[in-house]
Parts: sequence; structure tokens; C-alpha cells
Amino acid sequence: MGQDSELAIDLRGVSKAFGPVQANKNIFMPIRRNSIHGIVGENGAGKSTLMSILYGFYHADSGEIFVNGTKVQIKDSSHALELGIGMVHQHFMLVDNFTVLENIILGAEGGFLLAKSLKAARSEMERLARDYGLEVDPDALVEDLSVGQQQRVEILKALYRGAEVLILDEPTGVLTPTEADHLFKIFEQLHAQGKTIILITHKLREIMAITDSVSVMRRGEIVTTLKTSETSPDNLAELMVGRRVEMDAQKTSGDPQKKVLEVKGLSVTDELGVPRVKNVSFDVRAGEIVGIAGVAGNGQSQLLEVISGMTEPLLGEIWINGKRVEFEGAKTAAKMRHLGLAHVPEDRLKTGLVAQFEEWENSILGYSEEPKYGAGQILSHKAAREEADQRIEKFDIRPPNCRLKTANFSGGNQQKIVLAREMDRELDVLIVGQPTRGVDIGAIEFIHKQIIAMRDAGKAVLLVSVELDEIRALSDRVLVMFDGKIVTELTPEASEREFGLSMAGVDPHEEESTPVATGKVSAGAKEGVR
Amino acid sequence: MNFFSDIILMLDSSVRLAVPILLAALAGLYSERSGIVDIGLEGKMLGAAFAAAAVAAVTGSPWLGLLAAIAVSSFMAMIHAIASINMRGNQIISGVALNFLALGATVFVGHSWFKRGGSTPNLSTEARFSPIELPFAEQLGGIPIVGEIYEQLISGHNLIVYVAFLAVPVTAWVLFRTRFGLRLRAVGENPKALDTAGISVTRLRYQALIIGGILCGLAGAYLSTGQGASFSDNMTAGRGFIALAALIFAKWKPVPVLWTCLLFGVLSAAQIRLQGVEFPLIGEVPVQAIQALPYILTVILLAGFIGRSVAPKAVGQPYIKER
Repeated sequence: MGQDSELAIDLRGVSKAFGPVQANKNIFMPIRRNSIHGIVGENGAGKSTLMSILYGFYHADSGEIFVNGTKVQIKDSSHALELGIGMVHQHFMLVDNFTVLENIILGAEGGFLLAKSLKAARSEMERLARDYGLEVDPDALVEDLSVGQQQRVEILKALYRGAEVLILDEPTGVLTPTEADHLFKIFEQLHAQGKTIILITHKLREIMAITDSVSVMRRGEIVTTLKTSETSPDNLAELMVGRRVEMDAQKTSGDPQKKVLEVKGLSVTDELGVPRVKNVSFDVRAGEIVGIAGVAGNGQSQLLEVISGMTEPLLGEIWINGKRVEFEGAKTAAKMRHLGLAHVPEDRLKTGLVAQFEEWENSILGYSEEPKYGAGQILSHKAAREEADQRIEKFDIRPPNCRLKTANFSGGNQQKIVLAREMDRELDVLIVGQPTRGVDIGAIEFIHKQIIAMRDAGKAVLLVSVELDEIRALSDRVLVMFDGKIVTELTPEASEREFGLSMAGVDPHEEESTPVATGKVSAGAKEGVR
Repeated sequence: MNFFSDIILMLDSSVRLAVPILLAALAGLYSERSGIVDIGLEGKMLGAAFAAAAVAAVTGSPWLGLLAAIAVSSFMAMIHAIASINMRGNQIISGVALNFLALGATVFVGHSWFKRGGSTPNLSTEARFSPIELPFAEQLGGIPIVGEIYEQLISGHNLIVYVAFLAVPVTAWVLFRTRFGLRLRAVGENPKALDTAGISVTRLRYQALIIGGILCGLAGAYLSTGQGASFSDNMTAGRGFIALAALIFAKWKPVPVLWTCLLFGVLSAAQIRLQGVEFPLIGEVPVQAIQALPYILTVILLAGFIGRSVAPKAVGQPYIKER
């Protein structure tokens, strides 16, 4: 046993089943102390389950767990914490209307009276903030914090409980690139202070950038554990999916035709009257993909909402197929569909799907009044289900069962349900927001191919994504948004520096690097650039 | 009789009328703060009122009556706990079922036990909670205003009244100053946060419901052995629901609960005073309309002046560990 003492965690043959589903099968995973260990795998590969077992949230059916060379039976989460294992969940486990300090002491109060615990926690928090660069206002309410700050509270919670091993489940999924960079700096600090970090992610770039070793999981099993320096993203992707994956979407150059979607001088304010989109003009031609890049929160969401008819603009016009769209409140979105516009919303669970519906019900959501689903008010289940079954096959939606509740599909398959509904019909313009957010690699590849296929079929595609790689891989032209304005238009081949500058509001085309004052750069005016 | 002592008398009866609602509202506060909807306050109170009166009638001891009341009410709280925590049933349905159970069972057991059509025999003074004279009440009563308030308003209530009013600061202290309170508030907002911190959601919710059961027991015993001297059919008369309304009106906070319940007490007392009074212009108002006054005002206050009252976020949702 002595030779294992350099291992912080050692899993030996851990298995776990939920009913008929084998979530983890005979998992062996040694994790060296003071290393950053990555776990990659597609959605449903069993990564989160495995970590929940390590954190005492579930009990393994069989197998052994060694912590610092000693065999342990982790009874519950408080036992895991005692053993120095802390976890930052994908969805934060914070009480929104508590202060940061109250959240940190919750469950580790120390005594019956709070006053003393809060005082001790305050000074401990100051120390942790100093040591790890984890600055958060201890008296702020959690609901007032940004997502990045809330994540810092979660990390503080774990450290406050004396965690030596920190498990982070998809920590960058909700972060902006800047916040993600900050998080990686925190990782460096943690590493320097001797902590062990287990990072669950599906972003291979992160694995390559910061981990020392990586375990690949597929269908509940460990495929392999490698040194990060001895592998490559292509190799990892292949191991994850079990077949070759084209990491870069293959596409030929487009053949843009007539203007199908025209946006003229669009300005949008949010419900609080804050201007979100400021005098934006551009157009999308048939047979091209126009990407809108930018850090999240620079007006892309509001732009999407207006173009899809969900909200009304303050000023400006939208033209589809040469017809001006009249905004008529709630009816607008349906009207836009009649004009040939299809919309894949950014947040599939909020605006794209009803999670409690069966798959086929979501497959006709918004289109249920079409005559093919039955006459008048009576819905033909048969017609709808037959069509849903066809789409399931066409879009490779798994499991292939249109009677299954949508909530039971993985993120990638839920996204495919939305894509199938919006793409599998007559359309001229496709608006896609964050098509691969929270979607695994195999599905990303598929979704990208579908979007390119739409373009090749002569549709106009507007793609909005905060994943710069995705924008560059798919778009024919890229518009960069900052503070509600379009800063500039770039080609997808433009340099990292040009993208970086323009995403920070500086037009790299201008001679002096000064922030743009107005949204005067319109795509239409710069058409000749390419 | 001067105007001042009229006011004192009315306030005195306001206090008496507010007590059962206050205790029930505090019971609801513990339960709902833990994330369990407690629409069964009415039923628990009714069951407790019957148990107190019946046991006090048989044994002659209000203390044994109180014990029985707490036992019955806690037992009912445990039925609710099993249904809504372990079985993850619908908390509204479970609570409503308890209300009906209490309504039927008290009359049924009462009738087969005492043969008085569901009521219990009248209790002698020894079998009830009698008024407690606070020290020097009589001597100080001679002092105008301050002394009168002390003698007539503050002194001379039974034990449960004092317990009820003491329960308000105690609850505030527990909720905001102790570990248990922090966890209780957290479990009603985001039970997962507690579960992942290694604390049992189930245990915490059971504790909250037990406290609620005890408080409802006190409320019931007060009705039948403190304020009244016997149990009668449906003697809670909707006080449990008023308590629930008061709880929402007070935004699930202990001190505002006290003021809301006192307000309802004042309205009820005013209602009694106004019966048979000739109003200028209108004349005598039918007694039913006057009796409805506190309820109408409650509705208006609740609907019109409540503002934003945000319930604990997890209230009503059974906690299920996610896969």
C-alpha cells in the first residue's frame, strides 16, 4: 500500500447502476497528489456520476476507493468533506438570498450560535481570498453576483471546509472567456498551494491547456488514462466518441445569392429601458452563413430575440425576402415563420422546448396548427408521431423514442430535437443561437454539418455564438458585437489578435486603436471587403 | 367607563383573540421555512383542541390536556411529514386531508366518548389554564395609564398567552442567530445546497414539522382549555387558514407575524364590540355583516397591501436526489 501514498485518490473497480442503466462500470482511476487531472467524455458517459460517488452523493455498488493510500467507505458528502474532498457542481449549490458568508458557513457552522462562526469565517475568507485570488464581497447576496463570482463562492466553500482535492464539474460551461481565464489563474494558485484538482469538461482545449493527466470515459467505462503531454485534441476526441471525429467542420466556400434577411438601423432596449442593441444594420444572403461573435452579454441575445419576433425593436426595420416585417406583439414570431424564418433559440430549455412534454409534442411545438397535424382544433397524434419518428431517424436523435419525456434526453439530443423541428421544413432564413451550448463532441460535429448543409441548400443562415471557434469554423463572414454595436466585419480567417481586439470594442481595421464610438460600420457598407 | 378603559378592554380581548392565530402562524413559519406547505394548521389545531378538552375533562388536569394536545398535533404533523417528505406526496393534498380528518374524527370520537353531540363536557376552573396575576398588578393598577395597562392588558392572562408572545422573539432568534435557523432557511430555499454540504434534508424538515406540531398543540389547548372551557364542533373556525394568510402577509418573518396576528385580533375584537351598535346614517348593521368584517378586511389587506411576498423558493416541492 505504501507505494500508493503519492496518490491523492485511487478508484479501483468502481461500479454503479441506476436500475437497468450501468452508469459506471469497473472504473480504475489513480490521481496523483497536486496534479490537475482531467476527465473527458460525452454527455452521459458517467463522469458526473463517478464524481458524485467520490463526493459521497451516491454509493458505489462495488469497488474500492482509496484516499491518500487509505481505503475508505464514503458515507455521505460530509464524510467526503472530512476526507478533504470538495466539489463545485455544474449547477451551483448556493442559497440565492443568503449572503456569501452565510453560504460559506452553511453546513460547517462550527457552533450553535452564528455570530461566532460568521466572524471566524470572515477572517478565513480574507485569508483564502489573499492566497488564491478569490475575491468576493462576503456581505453581498449571492443572487446579486455574476456567475463567475458565484463560482468563486463555491470554490471558497470547498476550501473553507479544508478541501485538498477539488472536483469541478464543467466549470467553464457558464463562464465568459474572461471569467474562464480568471478561473484558470485560480487553478494555478491552487496548484501552487499543493491542491489536487479534478476537472470534468468536454472542452478539449481546456484539457490540453491546464491538465497534467486525463482520463477518457465512454458509456460508463474508462477508455484510457493518459499524460496530457502525450495526447492531442484529435486523439482525445476519437477516444471519447469511439470513432474518428472531424474536429474542424469541412466546408467549401459559399456561393452567396440575393439578400434574404436585411436588418436596418435596429435599436433595442430591454425591459428596464437599457439600450442593448444600438443602430445595427447588416444583411444575410441566400447561401451564406453570417456569424455574430462577441463576449456574452453584448447584445447578441436581444438581437436574436428581435429578429425572431420574440420582442419588438425600439427603432429600425427587418426585411425578410424583400418584405418588411410589421411588429404585432405576440403574433410576430408566428408571422415571421410564415415569411420563411426558422429560429433555433439560444436556450433550448427556456425558449426552445417544454421539458415535460414527450418528444413528439416538442417536435410540433409552434407548428401544431399546420393542417398536416390534423384539421381544426383536433390534433392528429398519428401524423405528428410519424413525422417525429422520421426526424428522429434523420437527425439521429437518441434514444429513438418519440414517446419519451424530453427532459430525459441528453443536452445534445434535446438540441437536435429543436434543430430538427426548425430545419425540417420549407424555410429561407435560419437563425441559430448557441447551437452547441452544453452539447457533446459527437453531437457538435453533427449539428455543424447540418448547419453547413442548410447553407449549401441555399438558405441564409445567421449564427450567433459565444464560442469563437465555432463562429470561425462555420461562418463565411463574421460580425463582431460589442456593447450593442457591430464593431467590424472580419473574415473567419482573420487573426486571433483581430478577433481579440474587436471583441473588446476596438476596430482592428482602423489605423489608430480607438474604441468605436458609433455603430456606423454596417455589413452592407463593407460588402466589398471579401 | 371612560374611553381609555374601553380601549384597554378591547385591546385585552384583541390579545386573547390573536393568541391561537399567532401560535399557528409560527407553526406554519417553521414548516414553510423548511419547504413544506402547511395547510393542515387548522386540522392540527382542531385535533389538539379536542385532545386537550377531552383529557382535561377526564383527568381534571389542564397540563395532561396540554400534553395530549401536543401529542395529537405532533402525531398529525408526522403523518404530514411521512406523506410529504418520505413519500414525496403532494403537500396540499396531505394537509387538506388532515383538516378533514380532524373535522370528522373529533366529532366522531367526541360523540362516542361523551355522548354530547361531539362536544366535550364543560371544564371546571381547575381543569383549565387560569389567569396569572403578574406581581404587583393590583398595587400598580392605581397608577393612571401605565399602571392600568399593566394590570388590565399585560397581567391576567393564562400561561399559553405568555408562551405565545415569548415564542415570537425566540423564533426570530432561532431563525436568524443559530445554526439550526440558518439551515432551516437554507432548506426551504435550496435543499440541494444542504444535501451537498452533507446535511440531511429529511431530518431538518422533520425537526421543523415537529416544532410546528408542538406550537399547533399549544394553540389548540388554548382554544379549548384556556380561552374556552370545552370543545365544540369545528371550534377553530378557520383560524388555521387565517394564520396561513397572516404568515404570507408577514412574508414568513416572525416579528411581522406578530403584528399581523395582533391586527387580526383587533379586527375580531372590534367586530364583537360593533355588534348591535347603531351607526349614523346606516343604522344597525346585520350581525352577520359585522362578523364577516375581520375576514373581509383580511382579504383586502392581503390582496391590496401585501406587495411582493416571496415564498421560500423550494416550498411545496418534494426533495428528490437527482441522478
